[in-house]
Amino acid sequence: MASKRFLYMNRKAPHGSVYALESLEVVLIGAAFEQDVSLAFVDDGVYQLLLNQDTAALGSKNFSPTFKALGDYDISKIYVEAESLEARGLTRDDLMPLTWEDEDDDWAEKDSIHIVSSEALAEIIEQQDVLLNF
Amino acid sequence: MSVLHIVNKSPFERNSLDACLRLAQADSAILLIEDGIYAAQQGTAVSDRVAAAMAKYQIYALSPDLQARGISEDRLIDGIKTVDYDGFVQLACDFDKSQSWL
Repeated sequence: MASKRFLYMNRKAPHGSVYALESLEVVLIGAAFEQDVSLAFVDDGVYQLLLNQDTAALGSKNFSPTFKALGDYDISKIYVEAESLEARGLTRDDLMPLTWEDEDDDWAEKDSIHIVSSEALAEIIEQQDVLLNF
Repeated sequence: MSVLHIVNKSPFERNSLDACLRLAQADSAILLIEDGIYAAQQGTAVSDRVAAAMAKYQIYALSPDLQARGISEDRLIDGIKTVDYDGFVQLACDFDKSQSWL
């Protein structure tokens, strides 16, 4: 079976609803099927990738460290919309570092996060076979 | 005493904060909780609006919700106070009633 291009579109903030956690779980399950997976973080979805999230006082699960597992599943295409960061007063330095190991090239740890313009993201959406929204 | 207004929605996703700012009388307090706390951060598309509202209202943000979301207290708009859960209860007691902008 030929692999398909999947894009997971994440537009919700992390702890106010269950969307972000559910998306991450679906991505990790789906990653086992060796498809071509991309993740996009747009609007309040960019908040999912912020550093230093600590839910201890809320008594809810802090799933944000789980994003670091994506690299182990060879998910290396994590797109963050620049305009969404800008509107929220955020920069790349506010986001957790996410990397993957390039086994086909030099085995180097490479950055998985790509900050892209709306225009570039529109093109990425256009190239997909399957679009999943959270 | 007047009203404690509580906003729990992101200002970038819903218009709850705008409704609150439009309909809260001066000398009310506004407490930002859950995704509402994103309105408390400096340098955002809504921070000018929130900073302007500080002239009219006392604005608070719930610290456990800031911590959960990775929003550091030193990046809040000047003048916004943080409260913990005990402070939330105290505010609820200090005001006659509360209005939750769902």
